[in-house]
Amino acid sequence: MSAAATALGEAARPLDAVVGMVRRNGWALALLAFLALLLIFTKVIQPRYGVAGAQALAISALPLALAAVAQAICVIGGGIDLSIGSMMALTSVIAAVQMKGQPEEFGVVVVLAVLVLGLILGAINGAVIVFTRVPDIVVTLAMSFVWAGFALLVLASPGGGSAKWLRDIILGPFLNEWIPKSAIVLIVTVGLVWIPLRRSRLGLSIYAVGSNRLAAFRSGVGVGRTKIAAYALTGLFAALAGLGLTASTGIGTPVPGPYTLTSVAAIVLGGVSLAGGRGGVLGPIVAVLILQLIRSDMTFLNVDTNLAIVAQGAILIGVVMFGSLLQLRRARR
Amino acid sequence: MTPAAAVPRASTLRQVDRLFRDRPVVPLVALLALLVLLYEVARPGVVGPTWASGIVAFAIPLAILAGCQTLTMLTGGIDLSVGAVASMAGFVTATFVAQPGGWELGVVIALAAALAAGLLNGVGVGVFRVHPLIMTLGVGLVVLGLANAWQIATVTSSTGVPEQIRTLGSDRFLDIFPYSLVFFAPLALIILVGLRRTGYGRLLYAVGDNPIAARLSGARAWQVLVVLYMISALMAALAGILLMGLTNVASVTLADSLVLPSVAAAVIGGTSIMGGRGGYGGTLVGALILQVISALLTALGQPEAVRQILFGAIVVLVAAAYTRVTAES
Repeated sequence: MSAAATALGEAARPLDAVVGMVRRNGWALALLAFLALLLIFTKVIQPRYGVAGAQALAISALPLALAAVAQAICVIGGGIDLSIGSMMALTSVIAAVQMKGQPEEFGVVVVLAVLVLGLILGAINGAVIVFTRVPDIVVTLAMSFVWAGFALLVLASPGGGSAKWLRDIILGPFLNEWIPKSAIVLIVTVGLVWIPLRRSRLGLSIYAVGSNRLAAFRSGVGVGRTKIAAYALTGLFAALAGLGLTASTGIGTPVPGPYTLTSVAAIVLGGVSLAGGRGGVLGPIVAVLILQLIRSDMTFLNVDTNLAIVAQGAILIGVVMFGSLLQLRRARR
Repeated sequence: MTPAAAVPRASTLRQVDRLFRDRPVVPLVALLALLVLLYEVARPGVVGPTWASGIVAFAIPLAILAGCQTLTMLTGGIDLSVGAVASMAGFVTATFVAQPGGWELGVVIALAAALAAGLLNGVGVGVFRVHPLIMTLGVGLVVLGLANAWQIATVTSSTGVPEQIRTLGSDRFLDIFPYSLVFFAPLALIILVGLRRTGYGRLLYAVGDNPIAARLSGARAWQVLVVLYMISALMAALAGILLMGLTNVASVTLADSLVLPSVAAAVIGGTSIMGGRGGYGGTLVGALILQVISALLTALGQPEAVRQILFGAIVVLVAAAYTRVTAES
């Protein structure tokens, strides 16, 4: 099975490979084009938009982009995780509390421990879903209470601190003033996990389980195991997003932000099918950038930020309606 | 341990399972009684008519919102826009207090706005077949944003909770009988009877249980869903206005913290999120159970965090139990 997949991936001629890549990532590329147009539009309405703007965009998008990747993985595996925002809050406050006033080196231990914790939280979500057979939505909705509750127990009000190196990793430019460090962090962390995963047996299993559970089971995929692994990876990325929050704000906040909902919006915009088995992580990340940029554009246009929320909701609704309309027409044919 | 000895035990267990499956209200009421007993042990002498009426008054907005979830879950959906719609309705009403039309006009406008949000939900879910979770999340965002914009637009005019709504929401007849019950009892009755006795109620179960069979037998699912989400939004708006009267606060995020508990109450009450199974009776008991647990935890001096953890754990456990007993049938 994996031999066939690699043969498909590495096409004989380079041109075929390019065409194949464009075809497979068509939606993500269209989004990238839209992002480019949006950047030009931003520059037109705000001639001073430049280095500082790109910095702010990359830093504000980092936690959200990681949350969107987290959501994408479990949705591709046929699930949905409504506890991502709560897991982010929990990992963020734990990191902030442990790092406050500690030596820099200890921060490394904390970061690694928090990442392991994220894997465990996600695995718990997945295990509860697999063993109780309660729908994913109900379990993760309930677990979002649980994780948020623990976050409040760890830290009752925003506080804590962040190791300086962790902040330095994401704040400021890298080599060239136009390249924000947080963008590099995003690309490296997602690339380090996603690319090997996509090529691995587990990655293939996640897609298989998401697109057809029964067929995957009959082809010998351990459905339960795969599901738990997918949720564990979701937890890992939620922990990364939580660390991103701590690093960018310098403190931990126990009340979950709107990250769960926005992550769902981002993956839908990013071309991940909620039915599972379809999509990647590039689309959702670009979608996050678009959503954030629309937000700042509205500020430049002196539009009320609340209407920006309205626009975000309207875009979400419009895209999913359009998407399902296409699906309906395809189904009727 | 002979097989003969094991058989009776297994059959009693199965009887309990069957009771749980067919009449979930019975074990739920037992659980409620147990919780009240626990409260009496924790705080001797507090449990009484006044205490009960307090619990009921606070459970009513939650029960109405849980009703939105019950109805939508019966068709395999969910309505996560109830928090935004409820808060919006309360807030819009409050902004009309000092206006020419008075708060009555505010209520009318709030209900109309809620119906518009419900229509949008219904068209998205019913006509465009968008996943209800996504659709209602998106509409919730839109409503929240518009309510915020409205807040800024009306920032100069004075807002306040109208006297009459405060009376309706928080006062009690003879210190015992909450006025909101006068409002809520008929609503609950309409839902209970409507689900069991009317064609529309049966259509909700049919669409949720087996959409294809429902379509083949002539049900127009999209019409059912459009009306359903409008009803849900209307109920959410009423819950928001009541909640404003109860808490004497008007804010655009007032009801947000009730969204997840409303789903929890419906799930505890035995309504399946997959559709086609459940009812409002269980939901009412579910809302009361959640309210008593909250009161119990407050009485024990436990922080909000513990309440959240416990709510989450209870939902998973109860849902797992339901899944177990229904899978066996």
